[in-house]
Amino acid sequence: MSHDKTLNKGAFGVSGTGDTSGYGGLVKSNAKPGSSERPFGSYFDEVADELERAFPEFNDAIEKVIVDRDELTLHVKAAHLFETATKLRDTQTLRFEQCMGVSGAHYPEEKNRELHAIYHLLSMTHNRRIRIEVSIPDANPHLPSLVEVWAGCNWNERETFDMFGIIFDGHPALTRILMPDDWPGHPQRKDYPLGGIDVEYKGAVVPPPSDRREYQ
Amino acid sequence: MMQDPYASTRETTEGTVYSVTGGDWDSVVTEIGATKEERVVVNMGPQHPSTHGVLRLILELEGETVTETRCGIGYLHTGIEKNCEYRNWTQGVTFVTRMDYLAPLFNEAAYCLGVEKLLGITNDVTERASVIRVLMMELNRISSHMVALGTGALELGALSPMIFAFRERELVLDIFEMVSGLRMNMAYIRPGGVAQDLPEHATSKIRETIKELRINFKDNAKLLIGNTIWLKRTKDIGILDLAGCTTLGITGPVLRATGMPWDLRKTQPYCGYENYDFDVITAETSDVYGRFLIRMNELEQSLRIIEQACDKLDVLEGQPVMVSDKKIAWPSQLTLGGDGIGNSLDHIREIMGTSMESLIHHFKLVTEGFRVPAGQVYSAVESPRGELGVHLISDGGTRPYRVHFRDPSFNNLQSTAAMCEGSQIADIVGAVASIDPVMGGVDR
Repeated sequence: MSHDKTLNKGAFGVSGTGDTSGYGGLVKSNAKPGSSERPFGSYFDEVADELERAFPEFNDAIEKVIVDRDELTLHVKAAHLFETATKLRDTQTLRFEQCMGVSGAHYPEEKNRELHAIYHLLSMTHNRRIRIEVSIPDANPHLPSLVEVWAGCNWNERETFDMFGIIFDGHPALTRILMPDDWPGHPQRKDYPLGGIDVEYKGAVVPPPSDRREYQ
Repeated sequence: MMQDPYASTRETTEGTVYSVTGGDWDSVVTEIGATKEERVVVNMGPQHPSTHGVLRLILELEGETVTETRCGIGYLHTGIEKNCEYRNWTQGVTFVTRMDYLAPLFNEAAYCLGVEKLLGITNDVTERASVIRVLMMELNRISSHMVALGTGALELGALSPMIFAFRERELVLDIFEMVSGLRMNMAYIRPGGVAQDLPEHATSKIRETIKELRINFKDNAKLLIGNTIWLKRTKDIGILDLAGCTTLGITGPVLRATGMPWDLRKTQPYCGYENYDFDVITAETSDVYGRFLIRMNELEQSLRIIEQACDKLDVLEGQPVMVSDKKIAWPSQLTLGGDGIGNSLDHIREIMGTSMESLIHHFKLVTEGFRVPAGQVYSAVESPRGELGVHLISDGGTRPYRVHFRDPSFNNLQSTAAMCEGSQIADIVGAVASIDPVMGGVDR
């Protein structure tokens, strides 16, 4: 299907280079930033140290640490999410007292880690920001709800459920929030077509954007 | 008697459901009065003049007292985030500017700062472009606060402040029109800078407007500050303390009304805000009146920033407003032609007449767009309503892999229940107005 972004084909359906302008060959790196080694720089070392001190299961819970573009991402295992979040909020030296939002992402090509939930944390006490990311399999899309840690996660988790189908266990009322209650499917997933209706004008048909030619 | 299809009643498992539209309240009140039921659930909205947009409030009432409040949202969901995944990075600006439609420039700025961070060109953005961004954002803060104050007062029954507020907003929109050609949804801020430079004599025109605004602002201040009726409707209403704000992720005037001086322009400056002299306005009362005062006083702070921005712009005259990398900037610099359409004759002459390579590059850049290295960023700006955060994920392609907006209205609206439960119905209107949710941003 043409809206499947994983195909990554060239302009106008060209495969291989097909590019005669030289433009497409200039920058072509799909590599995601890999995990980082210490020292992380900035305040990130301190955050990692303090979390490690407060959290005995740190090495077990944190899959990897990525420092990229001056931002710290902690990849946390789903089973340890609730505990990690509680420690991040409660530890005096960390104090991430606000969760700014929960954002989902769908990577169909990552087997058994298709769905990601990304939490943006803010510490007003120390004026710091970090991000925690959890990945779970599409076949079993369950995560512990963090509403008990940050009440503001309530609507954010509902939105992520609505858009990606991640089920937050322990959420007080996990219902759709933006789409109608009886809506089928989860629209922000990559395999969900953009939709739209054909526009006919003098015999020409304009397909919905998700079916138009792909540039990647 | 003939059954009125718009004022029908039907029995459900939860009790009798009354449909009420317009002027048939009397009959419903009589009917409810006759029953023994004390508890009534009322749907306020989504089409209601006092809910600040298509917001549906579900109220459980005991007499006039609200025992439970829930919000129903999603009536303005337009799927902008999904749509962005099918357009290139520059086209995304045109989409996101329509989210929070009262603060379009903040959406654009937050998005563009994110794209620039992904590209690693944050420091390449020229000073002039950053100053223009600040200037436009602060003007936008004024126009947005004007709507918040005007409609907020209107919803509480005060008509004159709305007239004044929209008069002031009009002056600001005139500047937007002069600079970008559009009054709303202008897609003026682009990744790498801004779409075009200010027109000639723009700063002197803006300075004149500032003078006018400063005088005009006094009208609303005189009408509302200290007004007995206004005080009775807003003081000690819709209280949310610092602990509540923290756990609910509340930012902006609602947070600052608890006395917390948290303003991203000061705490985590972007676009060079650290070079401007202004104060963070706070209040100690945590109520609707405190939030109202904060918005009133932020107007003056925005004017101060705009004045400083104008001074800087006069010094930076002639500096480019876009990064020099022609892959990120539009290949041609369009100017307004005699036919009223943006055009660049020199560029057309080059691509059509002299350089085949330029033509190919133009075509590829305009149809495909530029590639953005893979990774994710979160960039945040202080919008009139609080922290507007943008989470961007790139897979290395010419279009975003994922765009997520953390809209302050969305998070702030969650506090409705905490603010309203236990209060009177009439006070809900004031409390919601003080959050100043913009449903375009909430639902995206």
